[in-house]
Amino acid sequence: MSTPSPKGQLTRDEVAHLAHLSRLAVSDEELDLFAGQLAAVLDAVAQVGKADVSDVAPTTHAVPMTNVMRPDVARPSLPRDVVLAGAPAAEDDRFRVPRILGEEA
Amino acid sequence: MTDVTNSSAADLSTALQAGELSSVEVTRAYLDRIAADDDTIGAYLHVDADAALKAAEDIDAARAKGAELGPLAGVPLALKDVVVTEGVPTTSGSKILEGWRPPYDATLAARLKAAGTVLLGKTNMDEFAMGSSTENSAYKVTRNPWDTDRIPGGSSGGSSAAVAAGLAPWAIGTDTGGSIRQPAAVTGLVGHKPTYGSVSRYGLIAFSSSLDQAGPMTRTVLDAALLHEAIAGHDPLDSTSIDSPVPVLAECARRGAEGDLSGLKVGVVTELGGDGHSEGYDPGVLARVAEAVALLESMGAEVRQVSCPAFDLALPAYYLIAPSEASSNLARFDGVRFGLRVGEDGSRDLDEVMALTREQGFGPEVKRRIILGTYALSSGYYEAYYGQAQKVRTLITRDFTTAWDEVDVLVSPTSPTVAWNIGDRVDDPVAMYAADLCTLPASLAGVPAISVPCGLSDGLPVGFQIMAPALADDRCYRVAAALEAAQDAARGHVLLAGIAPKENSPS
Repeated sequence: MSTPSPKGQLTRDEVAHLAHLSRLAVSDEELDLFAGQLAAVLDAVAQVGKADVSDVAPTTHAVPMTNVMRPDVARPSLPRDVVLAGAPAAEDDRFRVPRILGEEA
Repeated sequence: MTDVTNSSAADLSTALQAGELSSVEVTRAYLDRIAADDDTIGAYLHVDADAALKAAEDIDAARAKGAELGPLAGVPLALKDVVVTEGVPTTSGSKILEGWRPPYDATLAARLKAAGTVLLGKTNMDEFAMGSSTENSAYKVTRNPWDTDRIPGGSSGGSSAAVAAGLAPWAIGTDTGGSIRQPAAVTGLVGHKPTYGSVSRYGLIAFSSSLDQAGPMTRTVLDAALLHEAIAGHDPLDSTSIDSPVPVLAECARRGAEGDLSGLKVGVVTELGGDGHSEGYDPGVLARVAEAVALLESMGAEVRQVSCPAFDLALPAYYLIAPSEASSNLARFDGVRFGLRVGEDGSRDLDEVMALTREQGFGPEVKRRIILGTYALSSGYYEAYYGQAQKVRTLITRDFTTAWDEVDVLVSPTSPTVAWNIGDRVDDPVAMYAADLCTLPASLAGVPAISVPCGLSDGLPVGFQIMAPALADDRCYRVAAALEAAQDAARGHVLLAGIAPKENSPS
């Protein structure tokens, strides 16, 4: 199979885009640093492209298992208050989230 | 027994069962050592002396009443902070989980509690287990007890440093690409990564789910076998848990220590430090490993070279697969259900708060891996990177399968070098990743692998890795025990006794 040549192709703009997709509000300094470091890492990992894998199936998991079943028996869940105690914000016995709609909505 | 904190856990167990020591005495000895030395070593993120002593008192009281207790009852231990513990702070080395007290126990923590072990504390680690030096911890530096200017390995570096320094008799680590074996190697310990699926992952904060596996980090091979037996076994709460009986390991370690390896076929992996593949390896490491191989031969093992060409690509494959899985696993840290939340001022929406929380809560290596994983999984790059890496993973497994037709175990150095100086590799991720060169193939194939000390190079410990087929963990223990016994006999003492005298307890 053909591999796109990734040598040094991870630009600062691409890193910024990927950081946005990953919900990371990275700083300008980090963008400069990561772009250089990730280009070097990408250069190293791109070696996987050297392998001849024409007849090779991918391994997703070391143990080949599918559809693991267990008895459908109800078990008590964790106590609500104990779980909410670990949350950054809780209100009326629920997780409180920041607003999810924009100003104009 | 006069020197509690220089004893193996097996010896402590024997003394506790014989009534020669109480759990309170043993626990207090370790807490005293922690109080005296952990400011220097930095092994622990959390120690609760009162809780530990209370647990020890309970075991002593139960024993006094004649309760039926297992062999590990009353023996203290340390857990890597990636293991979720009910009511006990658990951070995975990250600021994003600072102050979180989990509402439940990991399966392995529950099993160790049920066995009567006493939790001394939670050990430092690279953030989310991403690293090979523990320098990626968001909290503190951990130092190698052999030379406090050097790293203790990683990511389970708090566990390795704690056990090597006598601040715990043994500890649990986790291994995704070598994070039990490499820190064990560079601190003179035994560390075993079990067959993938043989120890429950329920309650381990996930890094790379197809690779993560917990295991023992100990002073001796027998200790590792005992601790492994205590945490192994099927768990319906982990869908990748293998439904097979708990393996018999301690018995294999005891038999292995008798030193008869006749009939055992040992393969030395050419690609891991062999002819034409020695670049990047310390000559001292290769010399100790060659001596260990000769020792196995002297005990009756048949040794041959085995070539596993796909191992050359284990490092690039791993550094695509693990970050890809991590980028998905770490999406759960969204500032809603647990841990940190940053920037909620009424005007910012959920997405913005999430991005600010993750920016402040994650350290640089975690961010790099999330970005790399997101890239490798992106449309247009998926096949060339993640897909290709998964196929290379198949090639690596095939190399193992071919090797098992010829040999019973494969051996190599555990780490290409001894412990390096703190700070040396922090700015160079690619150099840091090279520390995992020898441990990655077994991780990717899911097979068991142990690191056992094989002497010193420049006064620093060298680890010898023994890999075996899936579910044949017993072979790792047998061979490691034989090597350990032969070396201890030749040396006249255990390797750890060679650690600087200031580390020896006067108790």
